[in-house]
Amino acid sequence: MSPAGDPADETISAHPETVPLAVHDLTVAYHRKPVLWDVDLDVPEGKLVGVVGPNGAGKSTLLKACLGLIPIASGDIRVYGFPYEERRDLVAYVPQRESVDWDFPVSVLDVVAMGTYRKLGWFRRVGAKQRANALEALDRVGMADLAKRQISQLSGGQQQRVFLARALAQDARVYLMDEPFAAVDAATEEAIVTLLKELNRQGKTCIVVHHDLATVSQHFDWVVLLNMRIVAAGNVADTFTQENLEKTYGGRLNILNDAAHALSHVAR
Amino acid sequence: MSLADLIEVLTLRNYNTQLVVFSTTLLGVASGVVGSFLLLRKRSLMGDVLAHSTLPGIALAFLAMVALGMSGKSLGGLLIGATLSGLVGVAVMAGIRRTTRLTDDAAMGLVLSIFFGLGIALLSMIQTMPGASAAGLDSLIYGKTASMVKSDFYILSITTGAAILISALLFKEFTVLCFDEKFAASQGWPVGVLDAALLILVTLVTVAGLQAVGLILVIAFLITPAAAARFWTQRAGAMAVLSGVLGGASGWLGSTVSALVPDLPAGALIVLTTTVIFLLSLFLAPQRGVFSRQHRQRQLRRKVDRQHLLRAAYEILEADSRVAATEAEKPWDGMVTNHPIARTALLAKRSWTAKMVDRILRKETRSGHLTSDSAAQSVQLSEEGFGEAARITRNHRLWEAYLVRYADIAPSHVDRDADMVEHVLDANLVRELERASQEDEAWVAVPASLHTIPTPESSQS
Amino acid sequence: MNWTSLDTWIFVTAALCAVACALPGCFLVLRKMSMMGDAITHAVLPGLAIGFILTGTRASWPMFLGAILVGLLTALFTQWISRLGRVDRGAAMGVVFTTLFAIGLILIQVAAHEVELDPSCVLYGALEFTPLDRISIRGWEVPRAAAVLAAVLVVNALLILALFKEFRLSAFDPALAETLGYRPNFMHYLLMAMVAITSVAAFEAVGSIIVIAMFVAPAATGLLLTRSLPLLLLLACGFGILAAGLGVMGALTLPPMLGFKSTSVSGMMAGASGLLFLLAWAYNLLSKGRASRTLHSDSLVSQRVSES
Repeated sequence: MSPAGDPADETISAHPETVPLAVHDLTVAYHRKPVLWDVDLDVPEGKLVGVVGPNGAGKSTLLKACLGLIPIASGDIRVYGFPYEERRDLVAYVPQRESVDWDFPVSVLDVVAMGTYRKLGWFRRVGAKQRANALEALDRVGMADLAKRQISQLSGGQQQRVFLARALAQDARVYLMDEPFAAVDAATEEAIVTLLKELNRQGKTCIVVHHDLATVSQHFDWVVLLNMRIVAAGNVADTFTQENLEKTYGGRLNILNDAAHALSHVAR
Repeated sequence: MSLADLIEVLTLRNYNTQLVVFSTTLLGVASGVVGSFLLLRKRSLMGDVLAHSTLPGIALAFLAMVALGMSGKSLGGLLIGATLSGLVGVAVMAGIRRTTRLTDDAAMGLVLSIFFGLGIALLSMIQTMPGASAAGLDSLIYGKTASMVKSDFYILSITTGAAILISALLFKEFTVLCFDEKFAASQGWPVGVLDAALLILVTLVTVAGLQAVGLILVIAFLITPAAAARFWTQRAGAMAVLSGVLGGASGWLGSTVSALVPDLPAGALIVLTTTVIFLLSLFLAPQRGVFSRQHRQRQLRRKVDRQHLLRAAYEILEADSRVAATEAEKPWDGMVTNHPIARTALLAKRSWTAKMVDRILRKETRSGHLTSDSAAQSVQLSEEGFGEAARITRNHRLWEAYLVRYADIAPSHVDRDADMVEHVLDANLVRELERASQEDEAWVAVPASLHTIPTPESSQS
Repeated sequence: MNWTSLDTWIFVTAALCAVACALPGCFLVLRKMSMMGDAITHAVLPGLAIGFILTGTRASWPMFLGAILVGLLTALFTQWISRLGRVDRGAAMGVVFTTLFAIGLILIQVAAHEVELDPSCVLYGALEFTPLDRISIRGWEVPRAAAVLAAVLVVNALLILALFKEFRLSAFDPALAETLGYRPNFMHYLLMAMVAITSVAAFEAVGSIIVIAMFVAPAATGLLLTRSLPLLLLLACGFGILAAGLGVMGALTLPPMLGFKSTSVSGMMAGASGLLFLLAWAYNLLSKGRASRTLHSDSLVSQRVSES
């Protein structure tokens, strides 16, 4: 935040076009209860960002608010310096698995091809090119051989990978992922990690809601500690500290053991 | 319509009017009570399905009674047939739900339309029967309120009375069932039996309503009063009672109105009465009503804006005072002086557009929190505004401190909306938080009571 | 059985209606909104009545438009009440459609001495008489109902073909549709408009209650048998046509067997679609039973291979 009294020019003030996701003064309230309060966040480009915080801290809400999926009480959200509505193409969203009906009559390839719809536009149908894109995306998550499978026959981890492949097919620059690691098998976890690193190498920005403190330092290079408001955000090495974790999770629960464990990973 | 007519209807002098008004009121009470459980169970449309699926039963009962040499149109027999076929419909629904992947709504749509279709097919056949005239059977579809006779009234009273009585006896059980089915099961309640009991009650009410308001409009009685009652209360018990009262009131009002305008279908008028009650509740109810909700939403937005503005202003003033203290080479004593603030400084402080800032500034000027000097492009907090700004900032920082220290339990306790931290947290805790923020130099000098706000001069000293 | 050319026309009309309904019906069922079909078909009554009162004739444009408008209003009010008032969607739907139906009944009563519109005609229809009311298209003598339903069927089929991917996306994952900029709300109302148009076009021919059966039953039957959306659409159309055929035949053969003179074709159609559903359900249960007994169905094996 600029120092007080800084006579910043109104037009250039706070919307640099190099910041993949800039959130300012975001307040979200369900009914009367605030879920997020005065969130300010500038995510640097090309980072693997982990969003951590206790249950009910508003992690998923933060992603949904950024995507315009829930109404906000106040705030400003910019994607590369522009309102989200004008830069939809640049953002891909991986929702929580439970958000859709996995009994729906579509095949794996159909779901992944939905990622190409934005570029396709109204009325035009999915063609060979889109199918090839979708297959390639499936291949990147190691599921190309299941392309024809009905989604109702997938395991939880496979469902998660289908969602990831769908986001890949969107070919975005910013990826918002809501708890991709929640309740998945080891193979899927590994696939997700590989994928994140690959996206990172390509210079994409990944913002991932994460629940497992022990693996934060392995998976991410930037971290956001969230508990209704941003407690701290920055490089894992500087930010993911005992002190900040206590501020996020409270110093009283045995969560500290987890934190200590997690910190030992940082030290390594 | 003359005044005499009005008085005659209102005083229930006409015997037939008496019957009609009594029975629709009774029906309204019973369906209101039963419907409130359906609503809480998120199965409001169950009444819809049940009502439609009674039709084949009515037709078959007619045939059976004719075959037995009876008149075929005895209401008791028809209602027994209707009940049985309604229950078969519910059983088929449960079967579909349990053994296929189809969802509730598809199962409901299937049972409703197929049973009703079969009923129509049977009724059409009956209508071609020589001798046994089935005319009047379709009065059960639209209702023939005005032509009720005493025996109908007895049947209706018994069924609705039974429904009310059973709901009262099983009240606790139904509430648990509706609130948390799994919990009820884990506590050893026979969830399946209770569900069945609830559906039997719905069937009773529906069948009783067939005669009075007709098949389609009895659905309204099961849904609308309960939905209206939901707006006024958060407690299941109060809701069931209120729903019964609203249902009874709309039955009474509706049938009275229809006695005054005998040309119009009574069932339809009664339904419209329930709708009016529903709409009034929807808009006007405190707390859950649309107007009050929107008002709160607007207020919340305004409040957030105001808090943002005042806190931004206070933080600018605070930073200035700090700078002033450094320049005077004195340790900063935490005191903040009030002086004009440049509009651009406010703009830079938050992600507002110029338009938004001006809008918020206008609002705050009107509420006396600040005065603006358009020539100098600056604003100055009034005495009251300054106190408010200090209080908001202090509140904010105390909550912050609280969140930091008690992050594990905090989110469920934090109520930023509360005007004062003291209203939510106890005094000792607040003192502790104040001490903590004083150490962090995030302390805000603000008097506990708004009535003794320091003037800018006094805080300068 | 005594099948005449009239019966052929009855069958054609019924089949057109069944297919016209089954197409949007698939998406209604997939969106878990089957009861919306029920609500809209009941609620169009005041629209019909107003159009009727204004023009004094049946099946005129104002009547059609009025009914579509009211159908859309049903969807709008339902969503509005459930969102603004936080009322359970089923309850909101119930409040809206019973109210509109009641208004319709009153309007009809008011207009009763001017024009003749029987609410029971809206409910059960009179499929038997449709062949008698004919219009001429390029020299062809076609029952008016058949022509109208064919037009609606073509509109529905074209819309679903053109917007297949949009319909599928917004039914499967509205949140994704929103983030991709596809306006799932618009798709919702488009579907509701299709439902309203179809039920209005069909109400006179087959009666609204059968419309609900045709919206839900073929799609639900198809869903028991396939997990592919294109196949589901085809199956639903097939089951619709089959139900129409069985319904017409049943209406011809069943009443004499039971000692009656005749019955309602629409009612028999609904019964036939129920029978088809029962068969699919039984097949479903049997094959499920076999699968769980042997535990060696192909899909299970391949699934395990691919997961390892």
